[in-house]
Amino acid sequence: MSGGSQLENANPVIFQRSGERQLTAADEDEDVHDPIDDREIFDLIRSISDPEHPLSLEELNVVEQVRVQVNDAESTVSVEFTPTIPHCSMATLIGLSIKVKLLRSLPNRFKIDVHITPGTHASEAAVNKQLADKERVAAALENSSLLEVVNQCLTTRSV
Amino acid sequence: MSSGDNKAVKSGSGGRASLGAECRTVSRPSRAPGLLFFKRLGKTPHFLLLLVEKVFRNELRQANFSAHAQTTRQCQQRGGSAMAADGALLLSLVEEFVSGLQDSKAKDAAKGVKDGAFTVLQLVEALGPSLTSSQPQTRARGVQLLSEVLQDGRAELSQKEVEVLMAFYQNRLKDHHVTTPPVLRGLLALTKCAALPPGSAVSMLRSLFQDVHVQSLMLAERACVYNMLTNLMETREAELKSLGADFVFGFVQSMDGERDPRNLLLAFRIARNLIVQGYDLGKFAEELFEVTSCYFPIDFTPPPNDPHGITKEELVQALRAVLTGTPKFAEFLFPLLIEKLDSEVQSAKLDALQTLNACLSRFEHKDTAEFLQGLWSSLRREVFQTSSEKIESAALAALAALTSCLSRSVLSSESEDVLGRFLEVVLRDCEHHLREPDLKLVWPAAKLLQACCGASYRASRVITAAVLPSLTEQYNGKTQCSQRRTLLEVLQRLVQSVKSSPSTEDDDGALSAHRADLCGVAFSALSESDGSLQIAATALLASLAQQTGLLLESDVQLAADHLTRLLLTEDDGRVSVAVVECAGVLAELHPAAFVTRLIPRLKEEMFSDGREAPQQHSHHALRRRCLSALAAVSTQPSVVQASTPVLLEVLKSALTGGFSLEEAVLACRSLQRIAERVQDTEEAGTCFHDVIIPRLLSLVLKAALQEEGSSGGPLVQEDFLSAVVPVISTSCSRLQPTLAARTASRAISLFLDGDVSFLPENSFPSHLQLLQVEDPRLQKQPEVSWRRSQLVCLLMGCVCSLPRGVEVPRTEELLSRLEEMSCTCRHPPSYTAAAKCFAGLVNKSPEGDALDGLIQRTRRRICGELDSSSPLRMQAFTLLVWVAKALLLRYHPLSAALTDQLFSLLDDADLGAPAADAFLLLMSDSPDVLNRGCHADVRLMYRQRFFSENSAKLVQGFNAAPQEKKPNYLKALSNIVNKLPKQVQVAELPALLSLLLEALTCPDQGVQLSTLSCLEPVIASPPPVLLQQLEAVVGRLLALVCSPAMEVRMSSLRCVRALSLLPTHQVLPFRARVLRALAPPLDDRKRLVRREAVQARGEWFLIGSPGGR
Repeated sequence: MSGGSQLENANPVIFQRSGERQLTAADEDEDVHDPIDDREIFDLIRSISDPEHPLSLEELNVVEQVRVQVNDAESTVSVEFTPTIPHCSMATLIGLSIKVKLLRSLPNRFKIDVHITPGTHASEAAVNKQLADKERVAAALENSSLLEVVNQCLTTRSV
Repeated sequence: MSSGDNKAVKSGSGGRASLGAECRTVSRPSRAPGLLFFKRLGKTPHFLLLLVEKVFRNELRQANFSAHAQTTRQCQQRGGSAMAADGALLLSLVEEFVSGLQDSKAKDAAKGVKDGAFTVLQLVEALGPSLTSSQPQTRARGVQLLSEVLQDGRAELSQKEVEVLMAFYQNRLKDHHVTTPPVLRGLLALTKCAALPPGSAVSMLRSLFQDVHVQSLMLAERACVYNMLTNLMETREAELKSLGADFVFGFVQSMDGERDPRNLLLAFRIARNLIVQGYDLGKFAEELFEVTSCYFPIDFTPPPNDPHGITKEELVQALRAVLTGTPKFAEFLFPLLIEKLDSEVQSAKLDALQTLNACLSRFEHKDTAEFLQGLWSSLRREVFQTSSEKIESAALAALAALTSCLSRSVLSSESEDVLGRFLEVVLRDCEHHLREPDLKLVWPAAKLLQACCGASYRASRVITAAVLPSLTEQYNGKTQCSQRRTLLEVLQRLVQSVKSSPSTEDDDGALSAHRADLCGVAFSALSESDGSLQIAATALLASLAQQTGLLLESDVQLAADHLTRLLLTEDDGRVSVAVVECAGVLAELHPAAFVTRLIPRLKEEMFSDGREAPQQHSHHALRRRCLSALAAVSTQPSVVQASTPVLLEVLKSALTGGFSLEEAVLACRSLQRIAERVQDTEEAGTCFHDVIIPRLLSLVLKAALQEEGSSGGPLVQEDFLSAVVPVISTSCSRLQPTLAARTASRAISLFLDGDVSFLPENSFPSHLQLLQVEDPRLQKQPEVSWRRSQLVCLLMGCVCSLPRGVEVPRTEELLSRLEEMSCTCRHPPSYTAAAKCFAGLVNKSPEGDALDGLIQRTRRRICGELDSSSPLRMQAFTLLVWVAKALLLRYHPLSAALTDQLFSLLDDADLGAPAADAFLLLMSDSPDVLNRGCHADVRLMYRQRFFSENSAKLVQGFNAAPQEKKPNYLKALSNIVNKLPKQVQVAELPALLSLLLEALTCPDQGVQLSTLSCLEPVIASPPPVLLQQLEAVVGRLLALVCSPAMEVRMSSLRCVRALSLLPTHQVLPFRARVLRALAPPLDDRKRLVRREAVQARGEWFLIGSPGGR
């Protein structure tokens, strides 16, 4: 964070955090079934920390609620994320963090698709291919230093 | 240090002095390791040692003759045989200690000296052979005995004796190294002597520094040296100062290389005292700094179960006190701090920042001069690229300290303006970030400027003059909401931090030049339609108002109008909360504008028909906002005078259906809030006791007496009455005791005699019977009689919350009527309220036979009712619970009988479950009566006491109870344990854990829930017994994550999550099992449950994983 290490993007644009989801009476009613919706998926990933900044992906606008699609009935989730700059070297890592967070937090009936918002990154295709490949994701998580960074991104900061 | 010479042994004959010098040449090599050591030891000339002893004993004898003439004479008088016996005893003591190695004999010898059985001289004589022995171990043993005796019986030594002993010990410092520890202990004992002769401190220190290499001593001996220095510095300050810088140098050499935390703490304290007491550091300032600063930053983790209890924090503070003690260290300290700030270690950064903060409050601006640039760039980096909030706030605090240090510089015509130059640099680095309000760095820049701005008045002027115009200009130029909001928030922070001028006459404050611009921005933002802008603007307005004398009367009026408009038109909940808060702040400082503008306008809108409003719903929301705003602005008496009539009018209109039940309840809440916050003046007291309470009683009575219509309107509802009670009880408990006493006596005569004379708009029938259970005239209308009987809760509000010491008239009559009512009335709220009122009075009744008699009578009646199968059992039970609580709170001896009765009811077929719930009531604070706010007699820790007296009964009862009754016991237990303070829970858990685990398998969901809620905090700081039973705990909890009740699922998931924070090696074995068990709840039908499951599973994934825990 300090001294010699230079950040790729030291002064990024900051976006406002959306508040906590409003509780409704239906949420507390035992008899109502709440389907998994876009906002719920967004709430899962918005608090992931950026590997570079002590900021969340939401504050950097890397993830947005409109770029999250879920279909509870068909058990599919699709998340698009937008790197802050087109040459961001962290794009794969961010994608991996999102993917791991969803794998850990969703029932295993879901098919999870994480990819870069079209046209926002220089090596979009390569990153998407890596993230879509189950074998590669599994292999990446075998690597303890990669797993360490991912876990740090997923650790909820105690502020 | 000046070279050692004969001065080391000052007193005594010249012969001894030369002997001392010779001795040193002989014995010094004996400390050197290796072959030489053994060779020389063999040749140690014993005759020299012998001579020393002889001289020493002669000296001592002379000393003794003069000082202890009295004692000696006494000894002689006691006769030769006794002396001989003592002498023999002494010899045997010495023999057993020195050769027999029996340490306990030192105690006996010390006791002998203290009791006068023998003198120190005799002891030394008896020690003669040991002290002159050729075996260093024997010599050491001899010295040890002498030292231990001195440590015990030191008070009796005369100055001459001390002087001789001192000379002896100094000489012994040169002896073999095994004798050094006891010698040091003896010297330590001597430093505590009041009779230490002048000059001996200096000579002792000289020989100490010269002959002893402190760091090659053992831990305890090093501590001995530090304690000697501490003692001497306390008592012989002037003498030590005469040593000059030599003393500092000696100390520096002694502590150089110290590693033990206990000794470091001592050494740091000595160093601190050297600095604070103004010892001459001479040319050794840098050495002293080096020898202490090499420990910075302190890195110390106390071993587990550390018996010495030294914490890292203690060491950090002690070292910080040394380093920041004198400006002489500035030139060494600042480079060190900058270096540590640049390190990667978080704790080092934090410590460096805190040390910087501490030293800047002591140092002068000129000490910092050459390091300003370096300090600023380090501080700037910590804020701009911060990785933790702790470090960021420490850096900001340090920057503020630096700025205020520079502000203390005195401006003169020839010197340059240090502060101005520094702030110029700060502004140059920060200002341009403020021009990009949607980028990340705008916030750190704003925080840096805010820290400088808040440091001093001069800095405030410079910063505001440089920044405010450009910020307001930008605000007016930008159009994007998010950018404008950021600008408003930056402005607000700056305004908040501005320091007021130290002298108010000649200056209007740093902000006065910008008043118009700032107000313009705030008002223009309040007129925007965006909610977040409005919220930011209210915060800015509140900060502006808090700057004394800044806002003009016209500004305040305009602000009041804006706030009124927002209250009346804005539906957004967050906006109205912010507006109400801002109105509260402004009204406290400028009440007049709110009395004339806001209150009349709100009243008008609340009472307008509301049919023109687009929806009934929004009109209700408007009334809600107005009611809460009325409460918020009412802190000044003048505002209270204006706002409370409006609230009363709302209630009056509710009587005829103009306002709904919910609105009437809100009006009562507002009145309660006003009663809580208004200053306790006579004016406020009169307002509440003479106007508001009579009006409230009158309104409620009127509603109760309305006969037409079955509903009776909102004012007869239980919800409304329970909102009125706190208004009355708050006023009675905190406003004007004498007036409260009058209110109470009026209420009593109203309820006992039907005396309605004090009520306004009096058209009530005379001789109302409010405490009569069965009013003969109303027997045909039972649905109406409860309307009157339930009013007893108002009586409770009036009489149960008086301050103690205020007499309640006609108590006996009142108690018997209340008891009658609570035992016979059939309306649950009424008999409960009567029981509470009874309990409230019993709790405050004076101790004595009258009270005991009353309790016994009541108890007999309750028992009678409970034993029969009477239809009034529930009534008797309710009274039992409340009286038991009243007595339990004040530790009354009869409370045990009542609580035992409750325990026995756990087996009851009908009352078993209510009895289990009653324990929750016993252990928790009730909101309207028997709490500290009502001045009830509540003893400290009554819960722990109740628990420790009764937990065994509960466990026994559980074991003896039939299967179908066991849940009652478990529920009672978890109700009690739940309310205990956490420390007690943790302490008591070992005995109860198996029962609590049993409770988790109990099918009753209430029991499960209450057990889970008491397990959750316990898991966070687990006692060992929980860790031993982790297997059972995990199993039971995982069984509940698929419970049918959603609350149970959520609560058990929270417990599972708490488990993940236990030590990794304890929980790692369960990881796979827990992760498997937490997969189904991820697909739970309730979103709230899924959320808990996601959090718990996420934490468990991190256990034992790299980068996790």
